[in-house]
Amino acid sequence: MPDPALLEIRDLEAHYGDFQALFGVSMEVAAGEVIAVIGANGAGKSTLLKNIAGLMISPPGMIAFDGLPIGDAPAHEIVAKGIALVPEGRRLFASLSVEENLRIGGQLNRAGPWNLTRIYQLFPVLAERRNVASMSLSGGEQQMAAIARSLMANPRLLLCDEISLGLAPIVVHNIYAQLPQIVAEGTAVIIVEQDIIRALQAADRVYCLQEGRVALEGMAGELTREAISAAYFGV
Amino acid sequence: MTEWINAVLQGVLLGGLYALFAAGLSLIFGVMRLVNIAHGDLIVLAAFIALAVIDVTGIPALASFVVVVPAMAILGYALQRAVLNRTLGPDILPPLLVTFGLSVIIQNGLLELFTADSRRINAGAIEVASFPLAAGVNIGVLPAITFIIAVAVIGGLQLLFYRTALGRAFRATSDDREVAQLMGLDNRHIYGLAMALSLAVVAVAGILLAVRTNFDPAAGPARLIFGFEAVIIGGLGNLWGTLIGGIILGVAQTVGARIDPGWQLLAGHFAFVTVLVLRPNGLFPRMTG
Repeated sequence: MPDPALLEIRDLEAHYGDFQALFGVSMEVAAGEVIAVIGANGAGKSTLLKNIAGLMISPPGMIAFDGLPIGDAPAHEIVAKGIALVPEGRRLFASLSVEENLRIGGQLNRAGPWNLTRIYQLFPVLAERRNVASMSLSGGEQQMAAIARSLMANPRLLLCDEISLGLAPIVVHNIYAQLPQIVAEGTAVIIVEQDIIRALQAADRVYCLQEGRVALEGMAGELTREAISAAYFGV
Repeated sequence: MTEWINAVLQGVLLGGLYALFAAGLSLIFGVMRLVNIAHGDLIVLAAFIALAVIDVTGIPALASFVVVVPAMAILGYALQRAVLNRTLGPDILPPLLVTFGLSVIIQNGLLELFTADSRRINAGAIEVASFPLAAGVNIGVLPAITFIIAVAVIGGLQLLFYRTALGRAFRATSDDREVAQLMGLDNRHIYGLAMALSLAVVAVAGILLAVRTNFDPAAGPARLIFGFEAVIIGGLGNLWGTLIGGIILGVAQTVGARIDPGWQLLAGHFAFVTVLVLRPNGLFPRMTG
């Protein structure tokens, strides 16, 4: 018997009112694996992450974490189980300082490798600016703070929603450069990304969503350009 | 001259009580954007609970804090979890309507239980005790105690909000409820704790009101107005501003009453409107980071 997957999604469907956003999406993530989820705007990538993180509720059996059904658990319980979401657009707490944002991230006191000291080693710029208001950080620094805040929960699975959005390429490069250190702690990562090349470089495996369905999945190194663009654009 | 100095001093001390009315209101609005129309009636409810506790047990008036503050805090948590959390959403109207209904229920419930008679809690000799500050200028012991408690409560709230994990959770939930949930904060519980804290402050305000002046089941709405005015004068979301707002309102009322007894309330409202016209965001609006 192989080890059960850390995260297992089976035939997930999701709706916004009458609009159906996901049609039977299935996915597996093993411990320590980096998964990229790519796809055009509206393909259902963010909806998928919201369902995993508990911001959208699904039937319990559709999502299993560590073999246990979590589909119907609310967000504050999901993070306690070890899944943390870095939300799209950073969304730092505006009236809190940088360090207060990190402390909110760590307020559950889950055991694990990450604490303020380790976080400041990973992102030294945050240590320099720990006492400033979070909104006075640059966009890239805010993204680092948002990732750091979610890491403070010591997740076993980290969900990253569009972390390159609106950032300069060099800043994106610097942020992705820290990913191996996060994975080295045994944390699995799901990256939702518009920047396909970046996603393929960072990930072990790739899922491509198209109109709420998995159009393509495979090892990042083995997918051809043609296969990806076919799955991406549906041509 | 000393009469005017006395009037101003009385107003400052009265302002402490108004700041207490306002602090709980401001706290709830700050954390969950809920305008609690029943706030004044909850103050009067706390006063009646204190009255009943003192009647039954015979403990001294100011010792009733020990019972009434936890009782109101528990009531606040239960009220938030059972009723008010269900009204919160993108629409601001449901919580307004529900707390308005709550206001009617509390007033009529108190009327059934305690009749419409005007009541007062007797605090004993301390009520009339005073100490001279200068020739002709005297300060009542009870108003002074009220003011000191008000400053302590507001200072305590300030520390709680900016120096503790709970305060951090309140501010984070206020900033972005959804992301706070992603960090493991159950907003229903956080809102419950905020309402518990608000009603604990309400309990303090209710008892201090009850030893200072007469009250009856219909006295709530006027306390709500004073609380609102103090919050708006001081600037939303700033606790020390709320204290200053209460003091301005209190001084306007006592100085107004000194000019003509009929002008007491009018002068307070006039001060409020003046601030609202000149500084619509209040004198000390919240600084955001």
